[in-house]
Amino acid sequence: MKSRWLNIVLLALFGALLFYGMSALPARGDPNSPSNAYVSPTYLERSFEDTHTPNVVTSVLADYRGYDTLGETTVIFTAGLACLFILRRGVDDGRSPR
Amino acid sequence: MDVRHDSIIVDMVCRAMVPFIQLFALYVLAFGHYSPGGGFQAGAILAGSVLLTRICLGRGRSYRQFPPNAGPVVAAVGLLIYSGIGLIAMLFGGNYLDYAKLPIPGFEPPMLRYYGILGIETGVALGVCGIMVTIFDSLIGE
Repeated sequence: MKSRWLNIVLLALFGALLFYGMSALPARGDPNSPSNAYVSPTYLERSFEDTHTPNVVTSVLADYRGYDTLGETTVIFTAGLACLFILRRGVDDGRSPR
Repeated sequence: MDVRHDSIIVDMVCRAMVPFIQLFALYVLAFGHYSPGGGFQAGAILAGSVLLTRICLGRGRSYRQFPPNAGPVVAAVGLLIYSGIGLIAMLFGGNYLDYAKLPIPGFEPPMLRYYGILGIETGVALGVCGIMVTIFDSLIGE
């Protein structure tokens, strides 16, 4: 019972810390915030003439950041193969170590 | 263990819906340039249609359409399409995944990049679809 109250107090303090940190974040959609200041305007301006793709999300995902998406697909593939090797019920031939 | 519903309603509704689900997956894949959508979503929808046949039609008929061994192969082919397009662009003088250097005659660089995006989205869709079916087959113990 005592540790439960300790947990609640710790969580409240941590939440207060997060809210304090949140107050220093830039406003949503602020054009001068660091994440919107460097390459993002170039993507928005040149996406259509570079790729003829009106959906900027697609052109960033698959063209400007295509290497990142290749990594994501590889991660999914590897995770699926791991599931296959862990979960499958193969025939135990007595030789391969299990 | 072939658990399936011996209900003609479930059977017929499933068989009627699956082609439309697969067509919708192709639509999401091809329309990713203009609207929300793309390879990941299309692959998930495509895998959903296969899983619907797994659940509703039973393993016998479902495995005839999409064998369990085909899942990892389809996923690997998708990944090979993706990295292969990148390698082709590199062989013809561009950077890795620089679709503007793809050797398709008669297209301007923007249109080459447009079709490059479509190509890699196809690879992503195949990869996601194959892996989701593989995970399902592994979980139900193939």
